Amino acid sequence: MSTAAVTNATKALEAKREISTEAQFGRDIFVKALERAGVEVIFAYPGGASMELHQSLTKSHIRTILPRHEQGGSFAAEGYARVTGKAGVCMGTSGPGATNLVTAIADAYMDSTPLVAITGQVAQAMIGRGAFQETDMIGVTLPIVKHSYLITDIRDIPRIVAEAFYIAESGRPGPVVIDFPKNLQQAKIVPIWPTLDEIKKGLRTYNPQPLADETALNEVIGMIANAERPVLYVGGGIITGGAHRELLEFAEATNIPVTTTLMGIGGFPETHPLSMRWLGMHGSAVANWAVSGEFKSRIDPTEPLVRLKDGADLLLAFGVRFDDRVTGKFEEFAKHGTIVHLDIDKSEHNKNKRAHLAIHGDIKDALARLNVLLKKRGGINKKFEGWHGQINEWRKKGSFRYTTPDQIVSSDHIKDHFRAGMEGDTIIPQMVIEMLYEMTHGDAIITTGVGQHQMWAGQWYKFKDPRTFITSAGLGSMGYGFPAALGAKVAAPHKQVVDIDGDGSFLMNVQELATAHVEKIAAKAIILNNQHLGMVVQWEDNFFDGNRGHTYLGNPDTRNQVYPDYVKVCTSFGIPCERVYYRKDLRAALQRMLDSKTAYILDVITPYTEHVLPFIPAGRTVADMRY
Amino acid sequence: MQQQRHTISVLVENKFGVLTRVAGLFSGRGYNIDTLNVGPTHDPSLSRMTIVTRGDDATVEQICKQLSKLIDVAKVIDYRQGDYIDRELVLVRVAANGQNRAEICQMAELFRAKVVDVQPASLTIELTGGESKIEKFLMLLKDFGILDLTRTGQVALPRN
Repeated sequence: MSTAAVTNATKALEAKREISTEAQFGRDIFVKALERAGVEVIFAYPGGASMELHQSLTKSHIRTILPRHEQGGSFAAEGYARVTGKAGVCMGTSGPGATNLVTAIADAYMDSTPLVAITGQVAQAMIGRGAFQETDMIGVTLPIVKHSYLITDIRDIPRIVAEAFYIAESGRPGPVVIDFPKNLQQAKIVPIWPTLDEIKKGLRTYNPQPLADETALNEVIGMIANAERPVLYVGGGIITGGAHRELLEFAEATNIPVTTTLMGIGGFPETHPLSMRWLGMHGSAVANWAVSGEFKSRIDPTEPLVRLKDGADLLLAFGVRFDDRVTGKFEEFAKHGTIVHLDIDKSEHNKNKRAHLAIHGDIKDALARLNVLLKKRGGINKKFEGWHGQINEWRKKGSFRYTTPDQIVSSDHIKDHFRAGMEGDTIIPQMVIEMLYEMTHGDAIITTGVGQHQMWAGQWYKFKDPRTFITSAGLGSMGYGFPAALGAKVAAPHKQVVDIDGDGSFLMNVQELATAHVEKIAAKAIILNNQHLGMVVQWEDNFFDGNRGHTYLGNPDTRNQVYPDYVKVCTSFGIPCERVYYRKDLRAALQRMLDSKTAYILDVITPYTEHVLPFIPAGRTVADMRY
Repeated sequence: MQQQRHTISVLVENKFGVLTRVAGLFSGRGYNIDTLNVGPTHDPSLSRMTIVTRGDDATVEQICKQLSKLIDVAKVIDYRQGDYIDRELVLVRVAANGQNRAEICQMAELFRAKVVDVQPASLTIELTGGESKIEKFLMLLKDFGILDLTRTGQVALPRN
């Protein structure tokens, strides 16, 4: 974890030993504790068990943003956290308000996003009695939190809040839940404010910044010197650890090609000649071959594997977790390479894939020390020319690409929606993102929902900087994109923030249009609207002969009309929206969207027949990749 | 890989919900618990949990690492490495009558077990020991008729 983030989190704490002399309400103490933790924005939806806190928030400098659903608020908090590195804060009342936060908590757990989720709880005397809007939130969230607190003593409020932020933001970040009974919000006491040192002392065995073993780091340098085909496989750890500069220096000093995970996108500039883009199920064929080798393509997974070209003989896996969407079949992933796994969380070592050398440590520190070691020994005396030659061969045939096959243009779906004679002007979804990339010069923050559009966003937008690609990777939560864009825009008001979304995902949190309008948050969204659940359709086409199992999202009675009508939906929320059917209109429409000073939605009609390629079916190998 | 029984000792902060966190980790990740014992230590802020689990080496390695990650877990000791002492206590009520009472008492004596309660038709015996000793004793008592029994589950301490 970056020390930068820790100081971020607890700046206010360290600043001064504050002394209060007057008794204060629990709710005021809590909000004061949030202020002391450096909170600037909270996404909170009130209810009976949290309204006391909202009363206190009206007297605080903290900006309270009212989402229209707790799930929207919590995804927005995640978006805010992913852009800033600070904990995002969301709050809901007890019971349903609290359970509506659960998806974002699970999401933050999977993607190591710092999130503090506050839930009101019924009065202590009512707990366990099946009180109105009572849910055991600690119990519900137990398997999906980094840590959680039920406040049982009013004196604990300052400590618990400070600890929650420290834990959420430090080490491998994650979600922390604070469940706050109503009677303690209403009670009064003279608060005692802990210092950061006292907080750390209280968490006596929590070590958020383990340091890598020096011998192991030396060994890594030796392994690189002996390697012929090294690959850097880096993930979200680079971004949460703030180690992107150290990584760039390391990659350039060693001339090792780099691939990132979906979470790692932006951790290494994708425009850099060493970048092979991201790897995995829908990642670049180049990166997949470079890691595992190139094999004779097979359709039938029982056919033997025939290796045509060797993959990496040394895989430097830094800040990654060998997710199954990256590895496919674990045993065949990087099968012939030596694996070095550097991670701050030692439970990731040997979890999915056995590492030959497992290094437990803070990634920024470890990379900085590797860079020093490299300098001391005068660098690596080879440039891996042969290996780069092979990778360039692969680039020629395996880079991301798309076509506009006749099949798409002549499909029923297109005929339904397009004027006769205009079918050839169909907008292919990838093309929209490619154009957006060009028009924003790659400087926008992009958020996504989940599905085909998400993969295309990763493929066709090239990310140069960390914290610019905000996506629900691990949990794959549909409905993430637009609220996350709101959070991102609040965090970075001067950046262009665009949600690249699907019609299915967008509709899942469509109520947040109200938040965007009322709170004046100028996030944009492009709906790649194919009237289908595109990714599931793709799987149906591949594995179920195209039989549609409830994957049509339009109205079956009016298949020739786009449903719902987003222009009308958005207009009713006070947000400008336009629908685009034809390629000839796309650029101008994108420009209007980008130029808008308010939120703006572009509903782009696309065919549903397009598949995301490359595609390695789940649990298969690089030999099964379709590209 | 072999499924083996392993003893893990976990020092935990005496804080709200810590037992649920540990137990939930086992159920949530599909690990088995054979026995689980919790009790205070010399440090009033800490409790010691002794867990006997089943799994291959990789599973036990994961269990230990996942346990270490919990904020309220102070220390995890994996007894696969190093020397340790383990004991379990069992209370067993066995059917007894005038004819076999002496025989049962004699058997208890052989195992250094204690008769802690005598009723007209039963005896309650307390036995402490390692797993094999307890299994053996219970096996021998079976013929007399075990009416009820309770075991603490294993507790363990490293020798050093």
